Amino acid sequence: MGTAMNRRDLTVSWSLFVRASSLQRKRAVLTVAAIAWGTVAILMLLAFGEGLGRQMMRGRLGMGENLAVWWPGETSKVWQGLPTGRPIRPRIDDIEYLRQRLPNERVVGEIHNWQTPFSWARTSRNVLVVGTNAEYGEIRHHFAREGGRFFNTRDEAEKRRVAFFGDELAREVFGDIDPVGQVVDLGGSPFLVIGVLQEKLQMGNYSGPDSAHIVIPITTFAAVFGRQGLSNVVVKVARPELMPEALERFSEALAARFRFDPSDQEVMQVWDTAEGARIMDNIMLGLEIFLGIIGGLTLLIGGIGVANIMYAVVKEKTREIGVQMALGAHRGWITGPFVLQGLAYTLLGGLVGLVIATIIIVLLGLVPVEGNEALEFLGKPTLSWEIAAVTALVLGSIGILAGYFPARRAASIDPAETLRYE
Amino acid sequence: MNWPIKRRNGNGSSSNGHIIEMAGITKVYDTGKIKVEALRGIDLRVGKGEFVAVVGPSGSGKSTLLNLVGCLDTPSDGEYRLGGEAVAGLDRDQLADVRNRRVGFVFQNFNLLPQLTALENVEMPLMFGGVGRRERRRRALGQLEQVGLADRVEHRPTELSGGQMQRVAIARALAMEPDIILADEPTGNLDTGSGSDVMSLLGALSEQGRTLVVVTHDQHLARRAHRVVEIRDGVIVNDAPAGR
Ligand SMILES: Nc1ncnc2c1ncn2[C@@H]1O[C@H](COP(=O)(O)OP(=O)(O)OP(=O)(O)O)[C@@H](O)[C@H]1O
Ligand SMILES: [Mg+2]
Repeated sequence: MGTAMNRRDLTVSWSLFVRASSLQRKRAVLTVAAIAWGTVAILMLLAFGEGLGRQMMRGRLGMGENLAVWWPGETSKVWQGLPTGRPIRPRIDDIEYLRQRLPNERVVGEIHNWQTPFSWARTSRNVLVVGTNAEYGEIRHHFAREGGRFFNTRDEAEKRRVAFFGDELAREVFGDIDPVGQVVDLGGSPFLVIGVLQEKLQMGNYSGPDSAHIVIPITTFAAVFGRQGLSNVVVKVARPELMPEALERFSEALAARFRFDPSDQEVMQVWDTAEGARIMDNIMLGLEIFLGIIGGLTLLIGGIGVANIMYAVVKEKTREIGVQMALGAHRGWITGPFVLQGLAYTLLGGLVGLVIATIIIVLLGLVPVEGNEALEFLGKPTLSWEIAAVTALVLGSIGILAGYFPARRAASIDPAETLRYE
Repeated sequence: MNWPIKRRNGNGSSSNGHIIEMAGITKVYDTGKIKVEALRGIDLRVGKGEFVAVVGPSGSGKSTLLNLVGCLDTPSDGEYRLGGEAVAGLDRDQLADVRNRRVGFVFQNFNLLPQLTALENVEMPLMFGGVGRRERRRRALGQLEQVGLADRVEHRPTELSGGQMQRVAIARALAMEPDIILADEPTGNLDTGSGSDVMSLLGALSEQGRTLVVVTHDQHLARRAHRVVEIRDGVIVNDAPAGR
């Protein structure tokens, strides 16, 4: 006691460890296997959690982040002498008004024209055309594939006849031909294709997936189709938690302009995708904690296994430990090998588990995602540094504890007592 | 008391030449319900180079006394100096160091470590004593040679006879060149032949000037000693030179 660990302590502990560790092979193998199994379990669980999380994130990002979509409805409450059942009809010029009232948010309007006659070369079909503002490209993640672009504010201001194609639609219509630069006929007017949507994973949508529609400037839309009334408005906030407050101001602004009760649910039909994001974040967190706890418990059981084996070793070697103490071994020299053994078994098991888990994950990575519904939803299991670090930390603590408690018992052995001859 | 052999002051002995100086030593085992007074006031001095046999009936406290002498256990009361050094108040690791440097133990049932070779067993106390690997080997080999086991160094205990095991144990006890060799019934588990081998070995060690305290029931072994201490019920009832 009281003497600090010096080199002699370490070398003696180490030589005792080396001598002892070559002994109970069968036990060591069992222990390593238990820990390896626990490690595989925790790694696979966390890796699937991570893969699922990434997939969700990608899907969520597909439509755009922190968005709310408003569809105008009819009033259901009497307001300042005005009757119910009155339709609210925002128009293109109301977008400017909304932008002034919501200076920290970003607002775009959309007008939809379903079943619009479309033709190019010998292809003709009906498509959904969306007229919107230039900011839509960024807000609604309509990023252009290389060689193209989304339309800009000048296109919008000058009512240019330019069209941005969903990737799926573009593939169906143009096949291998580059759509950018082609002139197509849309509702009887010629349009220049200026960009095609980059392929993206979109989980949520309204009015069909982005990959299947054509987007044109809202001003051009009004000129070609002769419609001014908005189908819906999209609001984007900087962070999800800002959404409720922004929506409140949004309702107030609309209510003031169109004279309706701001609490009227029928008018204010809003899809808050940020709310989904907030919930999804919590679900993912819960899922990760849950999986982590299961994996951790598995490892803990493995650790108890290690500790039990070490207790058995202490019990079996009580007399030998007593002899070593009689010959002058310090208590630290006796405990050192046990702690080292606990650590060694745990870390070896952890390493074996890591290798097995990596092999499984790599093999799963070779399975094609396309057409496999489970994988498409789950995403691929992914190992991250965070997962590795957490696992190493958990394994390390379990290893030290698994060695420490048996070691403490070994140190408390009374040599005089154990060496009494029966 | 009279001391049959007076010896020069040597290393590890007090000014008056005693390696062991015990005064008023008691040992009470408290096992919860019952208290066993194993030793009840022991005064004992052993000089350097003495060969002391401790005899007495079973349960009289011989092993308890030997454990206290060897610092394997601490007395309940009384004063004890080993090689001039008071051992009261030393912590467990310090006692371990005292055992390592000053005491060599020989047990009735040998207590060799079964997985280690004879050589490694003898090296064990040297390792605890901080002796370097090479020197350790050299000294362990020397001790095994001394006890006549030069050709058995790589054998494990299970591959040795009882007499050979006890000789390995004696080599191990000698490894650190301790002040004193303590043996508790060293021939108790041996047949007559190997028993007398071990006895002659202990006799030879004594002749080399080593200090020995040996607990024994064996009349032959007791007769080789210089002095016989007889214990009954935890007290010394007789302490006299051995009548050869
Ligand atoms: N750890 C212990 N706990 C309780 N009592 C003990 C303990 N060790 C020894 N004793 C008791 O102390 C007394 C002396 O025991 P000790 O072993 O010293 O006797 P001994 O003279 O060596 O006997 P033997 O010749 O049989 O070896 C006995 O009554 C014994 O039961
Ligand atoms: Mg005894």
